[in-house]
Amino acid sequence: MFQVRIHGRGGQGVVTAAELLAQSAFDEKRFAQAFPSFGSERTGAPVVAFCRISDSEIRVREPIMIPDALIIQDSTLLKQVDVFAGLQHDGYALINSTRSFEELGIAEIADGHPRFITVPATAMAMEHLGRPVPNAVLLGAFAALTQVISLHSVTDAINEKFKPKIAASNCAAATAAYEYVLAMVPTHA
Amino acid sequence: MLRQVEGSKAVADTVAACRPQVICAYPISPQTHIVEGLSQLVKNGTLENCEFINVESEFAAMSVAIGSSATGARTYTATASQGLLYMVEAVYNASGLGLPIVMTVANRAIGAPINIWNDHSDSMSQRDSGWIQIYAETNQEAADLHVQAFKIAEELSLPVMVCMDGFILTHAYERVDIPEQDQVDKFLPPFKPRQILDPSNPVSIGAMVGPEAFTEVKYMAHKKTQLALEVIPQTAHEFQEIFGRSSGGLIRGYKLDGAETVVIALGSVLGTIKDVVDEMVAADIAIGVLGIIAFRPFPTDAVRAALSHAKRVIVLEKAFQVGIGGIVIENVRASLRGTETKDYTLIAGLGGRPITKQSLRQYLDQACVDSVEELTFLDLDQELADSEIVREGGK
Repeated sequence: MFQVRIHGRGGQGVVTAAELLAQSAFDEKRFAQAFPSFGSERTGAPVVAFCRISDSEIRVREPIMIPDALIIQDSTLLKQVDVFAGLQHDGYALINSTRSFEELGIAEIADGHPRFITVPATAMAMEHLGRPVPNAVLLGAFAALTQVISLHSVTDAINEKFKPKIAASNCAAATAAYEYVLAMVPTHA
Repeated sequence: MLRQVEGSKAVADTVAACRPQVICAYPISPQTHIVEGLSQLVKNGTLENCEFINVESEFAAMSVAIGSSATGARTYTATASQGLLYMVEAVYNASGLGLPIVMTVANRAIGAPINIWNDHSDSMSQRDSGWIQIYAETNQEAADLHVQAFKIAEELSLPVMVCMDGFILTHAYERVDIPEQDQVDKFLPPFKPRQILDPSNPVSIGAMVGPEAFTEVKYMAHKKTQLALEVIPQTAHEFQEIFGRSSGGLIRGYKLDGAETVVIALGSVLGTIKDVVDEMVAADIAIGVLGIIAFRPFPTDAVRAALSHAKRVIVLEKAFQVGIGGIVIENVRASLRGTETKDYTLIAGLGGRPITKQSLRQYLDQACVDSVEELTFLDLDQELADSEIVREGGK
């Protein structure tokens, strides 16, 4: 089972990201479970959503405490929330930022985790969608980084979820992020 | 059709396939998505011949449901938490009048203190209301139980509450095989009401009954409700024949063969429990699980048979009765009468506290060697609670 925890803020499509990820896995004929951390839903408030992907039925209902991968949609959370809680040495972290680990103040923890990367997802979203919504972009990057799901499944899920025009720009953004990450970490390809 | 779908959406689509004629509800989270989905299906014409009635409160929701069901319409509503409590007076009337209304309860805690999260306090408070109560373990089962609920309700002319864990199931986005319309039509015939309020053939229902007959009416309700102990498994069997999957029934055992310890629970926590029990069985611990699907009427005999070889039972409950302890355990004890089986109550998941595999495993390891208290609150911050009790002047 592969467990993903997504951190972001209300309005950034955190829950949608978890659902798209689950849909991508479903499209690959696998089992998936996506769910939000339940609480007050306010724009800008820290939000967490979870996604489990497995080749067999998923029965467990606890929140994901030991994630295999983290997607951090908003780097301002790094100083506010213990986003790295439970992440193992070989865990993935995908951080939406244009800044370096040093500038983000996470050089020390990133040093112990070889699978940390930053992706300028908001900039990519602005370029392709004209809106600062980084969720689908980061799923393209996630596919490249972890190889747990294919880019094709991500774009399929985006096409199923959104209306054609929004889907097309999100798919373009996700594909750009996928290629960006592949170029960055060719060893993962 | 197999889909990756939110639990609430799966239930909305399934209820629509049951061809309800009247749906009324006052939105309360977390069931809001269910009636929101249904309102869209009515508005866009997918669900035909159905009147969606916006009401001003939960009390009105159940009152309208009573009225429409009494005129012979297949009637559905949904609620949770304070909303259920607000409709309670009408809830008792629905069962007393023998009206086969189906209602989803998206289980949630009850205040005060205000808490929007999941536990079973709401539906458990209605265990004596005369409604049949069935609890879903997964979103697949939640969908399937709604199809079965209409059949059970109409066969017995009794209302059925389908309980599904709020947020944990309603907001989980997972794989569900949504019952197909042709299969639902084959399984669930059109509603043939036992009694109809009809101006051309006037009758009174719900007339006053004095002391000379009230006991008899209650006795008859008890006997009628007990018929569900046969109708529920029979309905699950018929469901399996048409849909090809097992859903519903009274109880569901897991790894009970040779189990000295049996963990009993209701609802979605059974999944987490099964994962923990698998790990324990792999470590040669003789432990199994008993899921209770039908809580009202309580399947006393079926539970007794399932526990006949158990040395101890642990009842995990997401609600409790202040001043005594567990609710489900008291029902289970009726099944244990005359046996030497030990019983323990584990209160867990109150007000949405996550029930983790780690905490469960720690507790169960202790429980399997009888070194737990009769009543335990999982992950209780004992120090905090004790200091607050002292601060308030208690002991």
